[in-house]
Amino acid sequence: MSNYLQLYAVDKVFHTKTGDIQALSNIHLNIENGEFLSVVGPSGCGKSTIMRIIAGLDKPSNGSVEVNESELKGIADGAAIVFQKDVLLAWRSVLDNVTLPLELKGITWFDRSNHQTNRAKALELLESVGLKGFENKYPHELSGGMRQRVSICRALIQDPKLLLMDEPFGALDALTREQMMYDLLKLSNKYKFTTVFITHSIEEAVFLSDRVIVMSERPGTILKELPIQLTRPRDNHTRSNDIFSENVNEIRDIFQSQGILAEN
Amino acid sequence: MESKMEIDRIRRIQGEKKSLIVIPKSVWAALTLVGLVILWEILSKLLEIPAYILPSPIEIVSRLVKEISMLWGHAIATLTEVILGFGLSLLIGIPMAITIVYSRYLANSIYPIIIGIQCLPMVSIAPILVIWFGYGLITKVILACLISFFPVVINAVNGFRSLDKEMHDLGRSLGISEAKIFIYFRLPNALPHLFAGFKVGVTLAVVGAIVGEFVASERGLGYLQLTANARLDTELVFVTIVVLAIVGIVLFLIVHLLERLLMPWYHANKAGGDH
Repeated sequence: MSNYLQLYAVDKVFHTKTGDIQALSNIHLNIENGEFLSVVGPSGCGKSTIMRIIAGLDKPSNGSVEVNESELKGIADGAAIVFQKDVLLAWRSVLDNVTLPLELKGITWFDRSNHQTNRAKALELLESVGLKGFENKYPHELSGGMRQRVSICRALIQDPKLLLMDEPFGALDALTREQMMYDLLKLSNKYKFTTVFITHSIEEAVFLSDRVIVMSERPGTILKELPIQLTRPRDNHTRSNDIFSENVNEIRDIFQSQGILAEN
Repeated sequence: MESKMEIDRIRRIQGEKKSLIVIPKSVWAALTLVGLVILWEILSKLLEIPAYILPSPIEIVSRLVKEISMLWGHAIATLTEVILGFGLSLLIGIPMAITIVYSRYLANSIYPIIIGIQCLPMVSIAPILVIWFGYGLITKVILACLISFFPVVINAVNGFRSLDKEMHDLGRSLGISEAKIFIYFRLPNALPHLFAGFKVGVTLAVVGAIVGEFVASERGLGYLQLTANARLDTELVFVTIVVLAIVGIVLFLIVHLLERLLMPWYHANKAGGDH
């Protein structure tokens, strides 16, 4: 596997009215092509900031970000984001929400030549997440899980090299969440994108990933990079695998030794 | 997921059944209004209230029918002032709201002043406007504009500011310009706030025009009412009040209808159903 993205000695300091807040300290990170990488850590540890820096939404205070060995300036090309909130546009139908990125990036109002291809592509994606027949509905007519599926489709229609997910299932109920994990694995297998998955769920991270980055409390540093040796495809039985529970316990132990988790 | 859809379906069916028996709210309001008017008619006959104090509804309506062409002319004059004044406040207010949202300087300097001026009763400016602009159309238009300006601007600023940070990030991550973010995200997202402002604004514009006509006019419903009052023609005063009410309601309904047409998603959303 070749190297896709590299963070080198990244610091991030936010200047606020009440003083400077150091969100990240000395982050070194390599992301391989096609890898599924999770970042797990307590709230406020700066894991979302890592994602924002990779996306080019925030600039690192120190250090550098390289994509395919050239320095990242501005918004990252080829990266698509799925946020914790689905941020669907209430005034657009499901289909129009999914085609939005293509509409904004490529065609103007006058050029409709790509319209049909965009539509076909969106319908294919919606079908692959089980939303066939919902394309003309409006977001308020869908459940939370369905809305987040639409927002994943909106990210994937851009043919991203890198899919950035910021606690995408955080607002969903436990069952929907589990279903979404299976769906995500299926999509990731089908479209072969690199994924950076931000979460505070240890199980979620281990279940999905090739590698898990464990972060400390603020200022966020990398405590451990843990390769997950579980085989793919992952399914129902993955969770009863010994490697799964070993990895989960290992991460839990790290948090315990840091005082982030305490039993009493 | 399936079960949620099922519940929605059942709710919809139940809702449809219900609407067969339940009388719409507007009917109740209309019935109550008609009842009150009948009560008024009966009381004014029973108590023999003189017409110069309180004319009966039948007298008011027959006078309205009789004078309809004269009233129409005055109503058109007032409507012209209202529409020009309200249009002007949109023309100035919306661009001003946009600049306030994008400029930290204006947000810190002009915006607090606008909010402050809002506390001033605009009506008290009317006599000065007469000195500056005379008895013509301009005085009324400016007054209607001034009085409807603040709800328009303040609601527009709130609306444009209400864009979710993550939605803004979504736009940025797609690599589009701030102008495109405005057109595709910020503006449609602000529509509910904008229309809330328009509804208050358009009714206030009527107030502005009428006050303008009170202090400086030879035409319009306000002028008509003032002269009728001076002649103790109470019947005509009530007729103008009725016409004014109609003008106000029609303007409100036009804005309301535009809102429904432009944002079908919004009302369906708030009602929790798709009809």
